[in-house]
Amino acid sequence: MKRALALALLTLLPLPALAQATGDLGLVVERASGSLLLVDRSDRAALTRIEGLGDLSHASLTYSPDERFAYVFGRDGGLSKVDLIDRKVVARTMQAGNSIGGAISDDGRLVAVSNYEPGGVKVFDAETLAPVADIPSAGKTIGLVDLPGRRFAWAVWDTGEVFMGDFSGAAPVVTSLGIAGVNPFDAVLTADAHTYLVGLFGEKGVMSYDLWSPETPPQKFLTDYGKTGADMPVYKMPHLQGWAFTEGQFALPAVGRHEVLWVDSETHADRGATPVHGQPVFIIAQPASPYVWVNFATPLNDTVQVIDSRDHKVVATLTPGKAVLHMEFAPRGAEVWISARDDDKVRIYDTHTREKLAEIAAKAPSGIFFTARAHRPGL
Amino acid sequence: MPRLVLLLLVLLVLPGMAMAEITPEQTLWLEHMVTQDCGSCHGLTLKGGLGRPLTTEALAGADPATLTAIILDGVPGTAMPPWRPLLTEEEARWIADYLTTKDQR
Repeated sequence: MKRALALALLTLLPLPALAQATGDLGLVVERASGSLLLVDRSDRAALTRIEGLGDLSHASLTYSPDERFAYVFGRDGGLSKVDLIDRKVVARTMQAGNSIGGAISDDGRLVAVSNYEPGGVKVFDAETLAPVADIPSAGKTIGLVDLPGRRFAWAVWDTGEVFMGDFSGAAPVVTSLGIAGVNPFDAVLTADAHTYLVGLFGEKGVMSYDLWSPETPPQKFLTDYGKTGADMPVYKMPHLQGWAFTEGQFALPAVGRHEVLWVDSETHADRGATPVHGQPVFIIAQPASPYVWVNFATPLNDTVQVIDSRDHKVVATLTPGKAVLHMEFAPRGAEVWISARDDDKVRIYDTHTREKLAEIAAKAPSGIFFTARAHRPGL
Repeated sequence: MPRLVLLLLVLLVLPGMAMAEITPEQTLWLEHMVTQDCGSCHGLTLKGGLGRPLTTEALAGADPATLTAIILDGVPGTAMPPWRPLLTEEEARWIADYLTTKDQR
């Protein structure tokens, strides 16, 4: 009798989902068609296309702690929750008119979105996408990152003000960290959550906030780089997410110049500059190596260069394709996936031989996001 | 026969002239540029981003000559760069006309 009951109960249980581990999966943003390409890193292959995500220009995404769900931040203000196992959009909300990116809280419970129009930060329940908090701002918010303890930090392009929001209690507590400078364009958090760096577009320099000792006044550095030559027009804003921190240095894009700048991460002292092919957009450290990889703004965006952080020399120059927009490393650094928008290809390179291993067809690909990001603060 | 010579002359000489018309190939390239490169700041659908919206509606009443000047020389003190190093005056004017009329096409 007992056994029959157990059997009956068992048949009532839902069937287990088709087994699919997500640890080696990723999503490629297909910016013009509002779709995502689900890719398998081990197989170097596309699995399926997930559609209906709206305007994905400048889209980014972040992952849930279990690597099952992606939260996709669209330009049109759409916030979508995508299930990598069921391979579909499971929740979606139009939370603003125009947005730029987002972050997930350290505990994976909250998703925050950085908005341009109307400016501010909105916070949602990661499970349901129900609104949790709405923090308006006096302008476009940029550089949103997660901090330990259910907190987020961000900056405002129009006013230069930097904020920290604490969402651990019943009501959010928002603190101003002061003015970073004129027109902050992006910001980034070091992996140890020690330093929040805010890059400035309207003036020379980077503002550094010590989050381990908030009483320490912020420090501005790189205030006079490239004083000797005229700056060039900036055809694409550099990105700071994935900014390289290596060999005790920050590797930073020189705004308006064909240079990568090296700064001591402790003292902020200038440690030199590397002349490069164009204006850097992304400077990303190859994991488990002394190398950083750099891509460039239009019209010089068919090239990627590799720099050795020990002597600051360019050690390789690759031409992966037309309009290289992004690079994503396998978490242990063995290969790098590079999106070539105008070739409609994602090209995969071996980081040791720097030879092409494979390529995947994708429609105007931009950002590439592997699920390993789920476990990295600030991503 | 003279008509053929004239046609040949037109075909051979015109593209090399300073006030060259925008060719169909250029049109494709310029449309691509508006979507992808202008779109970096103004949004792929031109509804705005770091830069202001550039929809035909948002640009209603804008003077194409003024827009051409902005495209070529940028807006000092903002993130709008001068595109003169990458575009001819004719190409900038084509973009200005395209932006102000495209939604009515």
